[in-house]
Amino acid sequence: MAKRAAPEVNAGSMADIAFLLLIFFLVTTTIETDSGINRKLPPTDEIVDPPIIKERNIFTVVVNKDNRLLVEEDIMELSELRQAAMDFLDNGGGTDEEACNYCQGKKDPSSSDNPEKAIISLKNDRETSYKVYIAVQNELVAAYNDLRDREFARLNPMAGLSYTEAQKRYNDPRTASTEKANLKPKLDEVKAMYPQKLSEAEPSKTN
Amino acid sequence: MSKFKKKKGGELPAISTASLPDIVFMLLFFFMVATVMRDSTLMIQNSLPAADQIQKLDKKDRVMYIYAGKPSSRYADKYGTQARIQLNDKFADVGDVAAFVLAERASKRQELQNVLTTALKVDGETNMGLITDIKQELRKVNALKINYTTRVGDYTQNMN
Repeated sequence: MAKRAAPEVNAGSMADIAFLLLIFFLVTTTIETDSGINRKLPPTDEIVDPPIIKERNIFTVVVNKDNRLLVEEDIMELSELRQAAMDFLDNGGGTDEEACNYCQGKKDPSSSDNPEKAIISLKNDRETSYKVYIAVQNELVAAYNDLRDREFARLNPMAGLSYTEAQKRYNDPRTASTEKANLKPKLDEVKAMYPQKLSEAEPSKTN
Repeated sequence: MSKFKKKKGGELPAISTASLPDIVFMLLFFFMVATVMRDSTLMIQNSLPAADQIQKLDKKDRVMYIYAGKPSSRYADKYGTQARIQLNDKFADVGDVAAFVLAERASKRQELQNVLTTALKVDGETNMGLITDIKQELRKVNALKINYTTRVGDYTQNMN
């Protein structure tokens, strides 16, 4: 009996099957990289004697239940908040040992002494919308980042990247450790110049 | 008599599609590898607010997720329309947050237990009262590193 060669399987529809699978994965995929605003909560321990902070070194931001802003006792639109916060942080009104030699602000004696002392206090109502709260947080962080960008560019003109980009590279786990070691002192220097002192008031029981 | 004969007829040869499956498979494998399946099904509405001053949350093993928002329409008749917290696959109360954090922390490796971040994935329409309560609970169990998870976008998108 003659041996018959096995007929070859037609692979022409292979592409169709593969396309079907591909489209399924394309549709279901959400390439998720979570990102957001990092914050650090204060620890619960009772502070025995709270440090005395001068009124002019505090920048109060209140968001009420109608999502409106009250900044330093004045009504403000959210679009103006970033500039107002930058003006406050960069004021540098202090004299002598409290003077700030890198600030470019107005040196108004009724505003903050120097960025190391300047504190932004954020207070919200229980009925404030989360969206608005995030927008306010975003603008306040942006004020810090803008100032840090400026100083980073001044101190490292050859770096070729801004503070925020450098921070991103530093946080990226794929960045080589030599580059990280190189970036760290530069980042720390700028961070020390404009430390992020963003305090969130304890929720008050009355409102 | 020429050595190089011109081919007769101007018909183009058919392009071989034999390598098409290979190409498609390559794409397929890329998407299979890059796909992250959600580990918990959301029972709440979760449209995150927008922000642009954001940092990436790399290293998923160091993150625990707390979801909050209004129950989605399937669950609305059972759980109401008030914003609620979702932990893993269940609705939870504020009081459960501390226990959840401790359980999550215990399930991680020893060296990661102190560097955990809590990602708050909260719907934009939620009131801050709930989030303040969650934050107070987190402070009680010393989970101080938090991340307000947002999507990338301009803050003005949040205002309407």
